[in-house]
Amino acid sequence: MADEIKKEAPQKFKVTIDNISIEVDPGTTILQAARMIGGDVTPPAMCYYTPLQGSGGKCRTCLVEVSKGSEKDPRPMPKLVASCRTTVMDGMEVKNITSDRVLNARAGVVEFLLLNHPLDCPICDQAGECHLQDLSYEHGKAGTRYEFKKRTFKPHNLGPYIQLHMTRCILCYRCVFTADQVTNKRQHGVLDRGDHAQIATYIEKSLDNDFIGNVIDVCPVGALTDKTFRFKNRVWFTKPVDAHRNCDKCCGKVTLWRRGDEVLRVTARKDQWGEIQSYDGKTGWICNECRFEKKNVSDWVIEGPTAVPRHSVIGVNHYQRLEQPKETIPAVIGRQPKLLMDIHEVSDVNQPGVDLSKIPGPATGAVFNQKHLGNGKKEQE
Amino acid sequence: MSPDDVVEEVKKSGLRGRGGAGFPTGMKWSFLAKPEGVPRHLIVNADESEPGTFKDRYLMEHIPHLLIEGIIVASYALGSNTSFIYIRGEYAWIVDILEQAIQEARNNGFLGKNILNSGFDCDIHVQRGAGAYICGEETALLESLEGKRGNPRIKPPFPAVKGAWDRPTVVNNVESISAVVPIINLGGEEYAKIGVGKSTGTKLISACGNINKPGVYEIDMTISVEEFIYSDEYCGGIPNGKRLKACIPGGSSVPILPANLLLKTAKGEQRMMNYESLSDGGFQTGSMMGSGGFIVFDEDQCIVKHTYTLARFYRHESCGQCSPCREGTGWMEKLLWRLENGQGKMSDIDLLWEIQSKIEGNTICPLGDAAAWPVAAAIRHFRDEFEWHVTHAEEAQVRNFGLAHYADPIQPIPA
Repeated sequence: MADEIKKEAPQKFKVTIDNISIEVDPGTTILQAARMIGGDVTPPAMCYYTPLQGSGGKCRTCLVEVSKGSEKDPRPMPKLVASCRTTVMDGMEVKNITSDRVLNARAGVVEFLLLNHPLDCPICDQAGECHLQDLSYEHGKAGTRYEFKKRTFKPHNLGPYIQLHMTRCILCYRCVFTADQVTNKRQHGVLDRGDHAQIATYIEKSLDNDFIGNVIDVCPVGALTDKTFRFKNRVWFTKPVDAHRNCDKCCGKVTLWRRGDEVLRVTARKDQWGEIQSYDGKTGWICNECRFEKKNVSDWVIEGPTAVPRHSVIGVNHYQRLEQPKETIPAVIGRQPKLLMDIHEVSDVNQPGVDLSKIPGPATGAVFNQKHLGNGKKEQE
Repeated sequence: MSPDDVVEEVKKSGLRGRGGAGFPTGMKWSFLAKPEGVPRHLIVNADESEPGTFKDRYLMEHIPHLLIEGIIVASYALGSNTSFIYIRGEYAWIVDILEQAIQEARNNGFLGKNILNSGFDCDIHVQRGAGAYICGEETALLESLEGKRGNPRIKPPFPAVKGAWDRPTVVNNVESISAVVPIINLGGEEYAKIGVGKSTGTKLISACGNINKPGVYEIDMTISVEEFIYSDEYCGGIPNGKRLKACIPGGSSVPILPANLLLKTAKGEQRMMNYESLSDGGFQTGSMMGSGGFIVFDEDQCIVKHTYTLARFYRHESCGQCSPCREGTGWMEKLLWRLENGQGKMSDIDLLWEIQSKIEGNTICPLGDAAAWPVAAAIRHFRDEFEWHVTHAEEAQVRNFGLAHYADPIQPIPA
């Protein structure tokens, strides 16, 4: 009997999303099927994260309309469904961007998510790789109708590596699932209810598990940030390269976010949906040592530039095909330009002697104080 | 009787779930998955927290043995050897009553191993909730029962397939399980003769608000709403001879109805105290039987104030798991506070309408709908009152509500 089952060809389910048909394995969710098609028919997802079991269904950004249930039962589903948690049926027809109901509901969800989320992108470390930023750009409105004070939280220190900005949190639960499923002990979770719910450690504990740094990677907004990278640079000024090292704790495959020869940040490698990639059938979670301690290029074997297929400002770094602009000044004036002023002689900022990746916290004025450095102009005076 | 015979009798009785949704109980039981070697559970939902609903409390407080007998019969039908009563934390004293009744049943051989030499084992555990309205939602109840945060689960899978500890589970209201006893004693068909249409059996109604005799009433669902409010047998009319303004007929989560639509349907027929009649015309002109929390408002009551009170409740009780409910309920509460306190704008009313429409149907569990429907119905039927709060800001600020300030909602039904 078992052999007979094995011999049967795997049955595929046909699903049509926004008039585009695809055949997928049974058990595939609508969202996964849409991602296989790609492009605009893919619903956004703020809380769903493929490697995390049980995630999804909470943010409601991926709601879609099922206009035909299946070949056997063609009745439409009465309510919009969360595409990340609804599996396809054979002959199912789904409307995403072709449904006014969906677009209307999604605009509502974006508005709800932005009610209390501060629009502090100019100072947020997640700017440029924030899923909520992308979502609000694609489905949000220019203005807000919310006239009340936004919800704020007191700063909550989570230990040496991770900073929690609860005010920015959209309660997607991804970090809770990560801590539950990736680390051997979860020390944080959701406290309280409703719009006063918060991610917290109950009694000001620090998150110091070997793999807890992964909560930074899964956070879709800037609620959980890397203390070793905070305020060091904007992501679009850094160049991501794939690298690896032999690590006895994790897969050791990472993306280095570099500025020149400096390694400003280390993250796990992500796919086009912002999710951690898998290697050899295992999810590529990385350990704290790789993420926070290995900030020298010499620690790593560089594989090459990271492909950034995701539609984001990081994509502006098309440095793989960088062409040097033609020098126009010598062509016009007939000689090389003279150096009239070296900015480092008059300004303390961005001194070449300061290795941003090595300083423990954000780069403040004190870091660039030349007297403090002991090698600047002021000291010479 | 075999377990299947019991299920069949409950099906024949036409009993509809008394927790609020009104889903046929027998059908729910027949959906229970029965995989080999996997235990199944019956869980009694005694987390009665809906404002205006206090009927299960009466049953448990005064006739706990009826519930326990119902649980034993239902457990036999469903093959549940371990059943639970999940009770709201605030009903602390009822826990003692139930525990005592369970012990009495155990002492008399009605619970435990090999009940009455039938070969059937069953035990009942009482589990106290920590006092969250959301834990009355069946999947949140299961999470809480398992010792986790009471967040609703995404369905499917339904509890009948994957419930408590991933085992097939049936969750039923206290009143539904208590009704199993008369169904088995009378027979399903005989029980179905009580009531009318698909509203079979009797129903407990917890009546409160501006009525002379608030309390819990067992009704045959053939009586009219008018009779229920005004007859001496039931509510005994409205105090001080005041006029009826509105009523929430099925617990705070169902739409409010103005007097004219409460006493008569949109077709001009008399509105009856049953599932079909109360929902006649959908939410445009009807409401729901819900859990039977019957809240009456006289002509002096301010609908904006009461809508704000309900919005405050739902905001506080939202679990915060999904964004429309978490953020939307808070936003509605703030807008209603502003309107109620004479600081609102005319555009706030339309904004409220739009917010509730974005919440309804888009959330994981029905709490979003429960928060949205009262607001929608209040605006639909009492928009003039919301506008009055904007145009008469000073009077609203000093809480000088009511007393014929508003347009009279008690209009004759158009022919």
